[in-house]
Formats: sequence, C-alpha cells, structure tokens
Amino acid sequence: MSSKDIKELGWDELVPGACLFSFTEPVENVVDLTMDERPYAPTNSHEASVGDWRVEKPVYNRDLCIDCQFCWIFCPDISIISRDKKMIGIDYDHCKGCGICVEVCPTNPKSLLMFPEQTDNEEALASWPEKEKK
Amino acid sequence: MTKKIRNLKEFSTSNDRYEGANLMCPGCSHNIIVREVLNATDNPVLIATATGCLEVCTAVYPYTSWDVSWIHIGFENASTAIASAQVMYEVLKRKGRLPESTMRAIEEGREPKFVAFGGDGATYDIGFQWLSGCFERGHDFMYVCLDNEVYANTGGQRSSSTPIGASTTTSPAGNVSYGEKMMKKSMVEIMADHGAPYVAQVAPNKWKDLVKKIQKGFETKGPVYINAMSACTTEWKHAPENTIDVSELGVESCVWPLYEIINERDEHGIIYSTKLNITYRPKNKIPVEEYLAAQPRFKHLFKPENRHIIDLWQKMVDIRWENLQKREEAGV
Repeated sequence: MSSKDIKELGWDELVPGACLFSFTEPVENVVDLTMDERPYAPTNSHEASVGDWRVEKPVYNRDLCIDCQFCWIFCPDISIISRDKKMIGIDYDHCKGCGICVEVCPTNPKSLLMFPEQTDNEEALASWPEKEKK
Repeated sequence: MTKKIRNLKEFSTSNDRYEGANLMCPGCSHNIIVREVLNATDNPVLIATATGCLEVCTAVYPYTSWDVSWIHIGFENASTAIASAQVMYEVLKRKGRLPESTMRAIEEGREPKFVAFGGDGATYDIGFQWLSGCFERGHDFMYVCLDNEVYANTGGQRSSSTPIGASTTTSPAGNVSYGEKMMKKSMVEIMADHGAPYVAQVAPNKWKDLVKKIQKGFETKGPVYINAMSACTTEWKHAPENTIDVSELGVESCVWPLYEIINERDEHGIIYSTKLNITYRPKNKIPVEEYLAAQPRFKHLFKPENRHIIDLWQKMVDIRWENLQKREEAGV
C-alpha cells in the first residue's frame, strides 16, 4: 500500500484484497458504544454524507413527540437519534428524505413532517398544523 | 445469552452496528431488515453478503457501512463463505487459538453469530445449489433472504421469486402480456424440507415478530433460513414513504404469511418431527387486490382483460393460507 491516504487513492490504485476499516483503533464490543463514542475511521460511511441527495427533509417537533420510537425502528438510514429511550433529533447527514418516519408517526398532529430542503427548521416549526378533527 | 427486548422503547437503546450514508435507495426495506437483525443480538456478528443491492451499496470504495466483520463474496456463495468462517471458528476454538477478546466474549456468554445475507436472485436462483449444500451438511449459521421478488440490483429482471402478473424488464406487461407468467417458488418450504431445524418467514413492519424469530434462529444449532419480505421502492414502484404500508398490506392480506417451521432431525438427516406455527393471524384478512393496487408493478392487472390474474392471485393466496392453517392444526 502506498503512503497516500485511502481516500486519495483512485479505484485503479486499490490493492487487491484491500480491507476497509470501520474504526481507527480496535473496538472490542461495538454494541457497548453509542454512535457518539465510536472512533470512526475516515473510511466508515458514517463519516460520509448523503444529505445532498435530499429534496425534502423531515422536521421534528419535540413538543408533540411521545417517544414511541416507531420512527427509530423503521428509519432505513439510522438517522433518528434516540438516546435513553428518548427521541432527540434527526441526523441530517445520513437522512435521505424517504419520509417513512413521518408516515409511521402516530401522534395528531404528527410530530414529524416533511418540508422542502431549503425551509428553515424554525420557520417549519412555526407553521406546524393544528390538531386534525376526526 | 439472548438479548431481552420487551418493547420498542427498550429496543431503541440498541446501538446500531450498521451505518447510514450507504447508497441504498431512500425508503429501502433491506436497510430496515438488516438493522432489525443486527439489533436483535448483542453478540459479535459475522456477516457475508452475496452480490446484490445490499452488498454494492454498503461497500462503495472507499467507504464501508459495517461496524461488524463483513465479507463480500460472489453472487452465489455467501452461504458457503459464512459456513466456512463458522467451521474455522470452531477449529480455532478447539485448538485454543482464538484471540483473547473473542475468548472473553465467549466466557461472557456472547458466542459469535454467523449470518449470510442474499437477495432473492442470489438465494432462489444463483446461490441455490450452494445454499442447499450448506443446509444438507448442517452448518451452524443463519441465512437471511432479502426477498424483493426481482433482480433489483441489475435492472429489474424477473427471478424465480417474482410472482405472477408482475411487470419486470424481462417480463414486461403490455398489449400481448400481463407480465410474469409463473407463480412464485416456495422457498420457505423447500428449505424446511432440507431438514433445517428452524425456518421462518418475516416482514420488517412486524418488527417484534421478526426480532423474536431472529433470536430463536440465533439460539438454534444448525442451519437457519429466514425469508424476509423486502418491499423495493424502485422495482415495486411505490413511493419511498409507503414501504411500511405496502409491507403491512402484504401481511394483512396473507400474501406474505408470517410463520415458522421447526424441524427435529438426527445426524443422518432423518426428519422425525415437523411443527409449523403461524405467528401472526390478521384479524380481518383483506383482499389481495389492495396489496396489488398499492404497487404500480401490478397496475396493468386492473385493466378488464387482465382481471382474471387478480382472481388467480386471490385463489393462490387463499389456498396457501388454508394449507398453512391445516398444517399448523395437524402439527406437520
């Protein structure tokens, strides 16, 4: 392997049988570490972003959330940040804007809603819809 | 040591070992299933992935999305790769040559688990011979088929998992054709007939059922086959946010029944007891039409000249559901 950083290497310079490392140092049991505590290597996709794909983004309203965690379990991209059984936010680097979290949110009005990417989160929260009558 | 998961809140304290910013489509079921499988256990997990969406999208040079040991292997032999890794582990353990950290994990009751992921193309068609061999020899691993009923990674060709009437690039619907002509192959029964000690069918929307079956599979010694419904936004052509709704319709209409088959077999391969359990019974079985209507790959079936295919579908689903219930009742 050359001394170049792996991200600088072109596809044709890759050594056959190369390993891509997830962490910069050995991690004994990764389930004991939350995502904030892990020593991610630059070659872990956690360090990458797909946020620029997105056309719509979910905005999250803490006042309405009941911490049911449906959004956490059904998010395909590990973008719902849950700590200690509480939903605390959205990881916009990894969210692709699929909208599943909004679809499965059971509160009325929903505590997650999709807004166009360029909308400011504060603005979005100010324009939150009222409770829907059934 | 099985991880205790009583409810979703408790489950949400799991630390994911699978990373975002992979290149799967928005709303892909594969990701949801992989997360649910990995979070079902705290034990070290080793994974082999057959060529397919999951593999090409989670290891795009120079990135990897796996925080567990992961091997990419050919289209056909994810099962043999992970079975070999498992055998190697057994040998090293016997010879006392495992690394200290692994020994410590074993002492704490956290035996490594071996899992292979493959799509329906890799499982039903291309990798079937290898998979069959592994099951016949009785290796101790779990095979999870992410069944999206089409070769989604290579442009949407039909596979032997594609159900009747689906429009794919190699069975397109049009003036002369209503799409795929053949019924879907019943992989769960085929794998159960290999004498696998545990075989189950799951759907990602029923997360609790899925996690329970995965945990049961991890506790089982011998080959375990899991068939997971994986709604594909690209090839089933539904909107990304509807992935969970479509899966829900599949389960509620009994197109995708949730059940498990437990076999007892001796070392010579004689199956002397088979038990089938239906693990979820819809309160009101909805018509198959609703499931088909949610997916534009079936939209041509709603033309008057193709209505008979919907009737065929309903007939097929009813017969299968009836059969499953009979088998459950009879305990065979």
